[in-house]
This record gives sequence, C-alpha cells and structure tokens, in this order.
Amino acid sequence: MARIIAGVSSSHVPAIGAAIDLKKTEEPYWKRVFSGFEKSKEWMANAKPDIVIAVYNDHASAFSVELIPTFALGCAAEFPPADEGWGPRPVPGVKGHPALASHIAQSVILDEFDLTIVNKMEVDHGLTVPLNLMFGSPAQWPCPVIPLAVNVVMYPPPTGHRCYMLGRAIRKAVRSYPEDLRVVVMGTGGMSHQISGPRAGLINSKFDKAYLDGLSRDPKKLTRISHMEFMREAGAEGIEMVMWLIMRGALDDKVKEVYRFYTVPASNTAVGHIILENIERKTKAGRPAPVRQSPSKGRRAAAHAPSLPSPASGGGRGGGLVVGSKR
Amino acid sequence: MTAAKANASEKEYDDIPGTFVFDADRSRQGYHINMFCMSLMKAENRKAFKENEASYLDRFALTPEQRKAILKRDYNRMLELGGNIYFTAKLGATDGHSFQHIAAVMTGATQEDYAKMMLAGGRSVEGNRSKSARHAPAKPATRKAAGKSTAKAGVKSSPRSAAKRAKKAGSKRG
Repeated sequence: MARIIAGVSSSHVPAIGAAIDLKKTEEPYWKRVFSGFEKSKEWMANAKPDIVIAVYNDHASAFSVELIPTFALGCAAEFPPADEGWGPRPVPGVKGHPALASHIAQSVILDEFDLTIVNKMEVDHGLTVPLNLMFGSPAQWPCPVIPLAVNVVMYPPPTGHRCYMLGRAIRKAVRSYPEDLRVVVMGTGGMSHQISGPRAGLINSKFDKAYLDGLSRDPKKLTRISHMEFMREAGAEGIEMVMWLIMRGALDDKVKEVYRFYTVPASNTAVGHIILENIERKTKAGRPAPVRQSPSKGRRAAAHAPSLPSPASGGGRGGGLVVGSKR
Repeated sequence: MTAAKANASEKEYDDIPGTFVFDADRSRQGYHINMFCMSLMKAENRKAFKENEASYLDRFALTPEQRKAILKRDYNRMLELGGNIYFTAKLGATDGHSFQHIAAVMTGATQEDYAKMMLAGGRSVEGNRSKSARHAPAKPATRKAAGKSTAKAGVKSSPRSAAKRAKKAGSKRG
C-alpha cells in the first residue's frame, strides 16, 4: 500500500530560483532565506520519499488565458522546465509517475473532483523552486514528482475547503494504490504578498504565523477563511495559500510539526515553510497504519464512493461543502 | 456604462484598496492584453515588438485604451483593463526590468524605496484593508468610499481580527 508520510509547504518565489541560478545564495540577503532550508534538505534526505506530489500553480507558462483549469494533474512521464522568458531554468527535467498519477486521477474523479488530466506540460518556477529548496541542486531530482497545478491566477481559485477536501481524496487514492510507496506531498506558494497594483508589497506576518499555526494544529479553521479575507489580509496574490490546504488535507488530522521557518522578504513576498509528519501507528503486525479519522470528520469528506452512500453524498451537492466562504 | 461595469462596481473585493482583482470579467476584457504579453515569451516576437511597438500591437485586437496603456507602460491601467500581473510582467521583462522594478512602478515608489520598504517588513496591512468604513475607521483619507454601504457585504472574519482592526486600523498607506 502506498502511503503519505509527510507534507511540506513552501513559498515558490521566482527570485529564489534566480538567486540559485545566478549563484547568489551566499549573499547576505539570500543567505537569510536559504539558511532556513538547510534543515529541510537534511530532513528530505532522511525521509527519502519514493514520490513527491507537488501542488503548485503555473504562472502563465504552461497555461495562458486560453485555458484555465482549476485542478490539473500531471500524468506525463516527463515535465521539462518552462522557458519563462529568460530561457528554461538550468534544473533537471521533472520525471513524473504516470501510473500513480493516473490512479489518483481516476480515484478522485470518482470522488467527484473533476480534474483536468495533463499529458504534456512544462513546469515553471512554481514547481522547480520548491524542489530546489527541498532537494538542493542535484543533477537529477532524486524521485519522481507528480505535479498538481491549481488555478490561483484568475479569480476565483478553488476555496480553501475544496482544496482541503481534494487533499483528503488524494490521500484515499494514494492509500488504495497497491505498490508500497512512501509519498511526500508539497504545497507551494504564499505566504502573504501582493505583487499587483498600488498596494503591492503588502505583507502580513501576523496572518502568516497564524496560518502556519493553523496548518499544524487546526487546519479545519483555515478551510473557513474566505477568499475576501485572504486577499484583504494576505494580499491579492497571497490567496495562493489555498494550495497548502491540499497538502494538509492529504495528511492525517493529527500531525507532528517537525520544522518551520519564516522570513520577510524574498523580493516581494513573505517566505513561509513548514514540515508536518504523519504519526505512524504500529499495528499488531508491526506495520504502520494510518491514523483514523473521527466519524464526524469523515462525514464531510468527499468520499462519495458509489458503494458507500452517505447523507453527505446525496442531493448532488458535489464533493465540497463551502463553509463560511462568501465570494 | 455597460451592465458588466455596473456589476463590477458592486463587487465586494473592489473595497480592497490599490487592488485590481483579475476575475472573470477582467479576464474576458483583457484577453488580448494577456495574449499579447504571452507572445513575448518568444524571442522573435520580442524582437519584432521592440522594432516597432505600434505595428506589433496591430496583431492583437486591443481597444485604444489598452494600446495606450501598453505603449505608455502604465501597469496599473493595464491591470484595470484586464491585464494580469503574471502576464504583464512579461512585458516588463522584455523591457529588461526586474519584477521588483515593475512592482515599485505600480506603487508609485522608486525601486530603491520599494526595496527598502520590503526589507523593513513590507507594506503594513493596517490601514490597507479596506476603502470602506467597515474595515478601517472613516478617517478623512478613506471617507470617500464610506458612503458606499458595504455593511452587508462584509467578510466573515474572526472576531479577534475584527476587533483588532477596529482598534488598530490607521491610515498608514505606503
């Protein structure tokens, strides 16, 4: 059985990628940012996941305004780095895992998440910068990566609650995959920032720190943050923090926070990062078992498996109940 | 005034100061601005644009206002007319500007001052949450928008932050 062992969230500021590519990581400005990820790289090297599922957003690289999928799952074998106007970043091509990706697609679509499946896609800094932060700059990425691109460019992005429930559905999909694989889910983007309009430069550290706390201890609370609140409090582009909730939804309710890091700024953005591990429970056979969800939590899950009718799946309401989100 | 514009004025997020939310209306309105910017991903197009900006823009079905905003590099106006920052940034890059340069231009600051502001922790959210009375006290600077009743269009936010806002919101606009 495949299982999710941990979740990682990290900002994906393009300037971080430029600093790596232009070898500026030792400059004081950038050292402040990169030093925060030294422990993370160690953690990742020890965790040695077989696969990473990386939730990110495309920045007008693979998707223009011609096609704007809300959730697009990369099912290809390879995802080359995109040319973002200065030539492709000098990073290795991302190898996918088509078998698990297709399995996830099939499972979550039957769970009523209408994903777009992408069989050809280039990936931009949104994906490759977090890989650098967690893996450094190896000649090849050490494991396959399944990209999940989320629209946060055109308003409205999916709600935080919808993202969280998609994470739940991904967790279920991973668990039903027969091969014994250890999976890390990454949520990227954020934290507070606004890069457009006269209010550009907005940072709200208080909001960010509360968000990191919530991610660790009370993610359900975060699923009730409305889009208005994200934009008002964390900046128009800070709304991309909804993507972190896919990562969080894919983890167990109770997690162990093993590391966090926060600094302001990287270019225009607050950099936030957290590592959360699922707590393994040993079964009698000595094999790790997932932490069970409480029934009330399960009821709201988008687990509308045809064989398991439940009150929540009736009425054609779809997989996600939006709570407190006024848009 | 078109119906779309009338609706646009009622959007809850128009209450956020200094912000142009790239929603479905703007996406439709600015389709050609964004496709023009997207075209600049190719070196030959960048070259053609630089050689003759006006004639290059003829390839796109832009409105006169949109053309003018592009030619003048009026980034805020481009956003207002449906451009999206991730797209317009490609125009900035074509001009050889860093992203921070474009951000500074949009805020009316020099890049140096903008960078200093970021290093000092960025633009404070205090006083920058709302144009209306609901999320900021109706000080003279913000009174203009206070007439617009947004009381019912309020955001559900935690009592904690609402209370703090009422207490602390100043008018520290950067």
